[in-house]
Amino acid sequence: MAFSGKMDLRCLSEDYYSPDVLSDDDAMLDSREVGGAPMASFPLPAVDDIDTFTSEVTNLVKPNHGTTTLGFIFEGGVIIAVDSRASMGPYISSQTVKKVIEINPFLLGTMAGGAADCQFWQRNLGVQCRLFELKHKRRITVGAASKLLANTLFSYRGMGLSMGTMVAGWDPDGPALYYVDSDAQRIKGKRFSVGSGSLFAYGVLDTGYKWDMSVEEACELGRRAIYHATFRDAYSGGTVSVYHVTENGWRKVSGDDVGDLHYHYYPEGNPTTQVVDPLDV
Amino acid sequence: MDVCFGLVGIDFALLVSDTNAGRSVVIMKEEEDKIMKVDDSKMLAVTGEPGDSTNFCEFAIANIELYRFRNNGAVLSTKAVANFLRGELATALRKGPYQTNLLLAGFDKGKPSLYYLDYLATLHKQNTASFGYGGMFTSSLMDKWWKPDLTLDEAMLIVERCLAEVATRLTVAPSQYIVKIVDKDGVRLLAKKGQPAASAFPGAGVVPSA
Repeated sequence: MAFSGKMDLRCLSEDYYSPDVLSDDDAMLDSREVGGAPMASFPLPAVDDIDTFTSEVTNLVKPNHGTTTLGFIFEGGVIIAVDSRASMGPYISSQTVKKVIEINPFLLGTMAGGAADCQFWQRNLGVQCRLFELKHKRRITVGAASKLLANTLFSYRGMGLSMGTMVAGWDPDGPALYYVDSDAQRIKGKRFSVGSGSLFAYGVLDTGYKWDMSVEEACELGRRAIYHATFRDAYSGGTVSVYHVTENGWRKVSGDDVGDLHYHYYPEGNPTTQVVDPLDV
Repeated sequence: MDVCFGLVGIDFALLVSDTNAGRSVVIMKEEEDKIMKVDDSKMLAVTGEPGDSTNFCEFAIANIELYRFRNNGAVLSTKAVANFLRGELATALRKGPYQTNLLLAGFDKGKPSLYYLDYLATLHKQNTASFGYGGMFTSSLMDKWWKPDLTLDEAMLIVERCLAEVATRLTVAPSQYIVKIVDKDGVRLLAKKGQPAASAFPGAGVVPSA
């Protein structure tokens, strides 16, 4: 990251705000009181470019879902599978994040991107969907719900939101799955994966997908795809949660620690990563 | 990387667009229709930022429809629609622009027309038009083969040549395209070109289309 070498951290040194460092103008500002609080109690970081500094710091501290999420429609309904890791740069800030938002008994949303952005706007979507229900005396369709989210995100485009979500559910027209992101792109589809580990998940998901699998097979495919993504993607991990949506609404099928899954799938360790002696050729 | 181009024939206009939708290097959908019908005699092919593109087109088409409702069903000419779109893009340009490039094809009073409109609100009436990297390969081909009295068969031959060239030379060539036509009988899908890359997965092939 360009971040580490370049940031101006002189402001953290103790003498930075001492009077002899400050110019006369600064000292005047310093002693002026606003609403009873001296200005000095809220010092600005003394850097050349405060905008760049602020956005660098914000981006470092902002918890990001380096994430793997996936969803697909098959004969038996919709499967949603997600990991549960949240990271802040190289630091794993949580292994127990709930990345599936249960909007109502028939609608699920998944989270990838900025944690706060996803949580806030999906909760907001939940509110909008409930208000729709109260107003129209019927449940909102998946298409309409995803459009509400896309419209919200469109109005904030270019303002730094970071979201990649899937909205999945069952409405009178049957199962439905939409991908919506912070560019306000909204696509209807049968098979999606979102997040930093999505490329790994797609590999397993695409090769294993069949329209007419059993529900058990489908759940296992979702679980397996997320597991393999957590294995290769450092920003994905924790537990794999699998949800199944039918005409009776969603049901959480399983939640498995990826470590347990690893030793379940590969009791001897994954053969692709076993140590090879470079001299033994 | 969108591939999008169009041309005018003797009594029709064609628009060709790839059908990929995705984010960064990932193709998330292979059958997205990016040529929207404006009304019975006009269609709009759209490239650019995905969110901006759909939003702008839906806004524009809704307003064109609204105009028709308010004016006892009076249908705007292709030229009028092109200038309306240009006006909206020009207004938006100075306050958070839409990153949207459009090709508008229409057929009125027995004559086909094609308009090029980019996100900077440049409007041109053209016989052949294209956008993006794909356009660099196709525009010269269309310049070479286009003629004023182009028949549909000849036009489709040009389309085939263009798609073959894109497949040969463009590293990020899309796998599938749609060709739409507008003529005296209205707007309709003429052909689908290419093979879905996902057909490599036989199991996925049996998905019933929605």
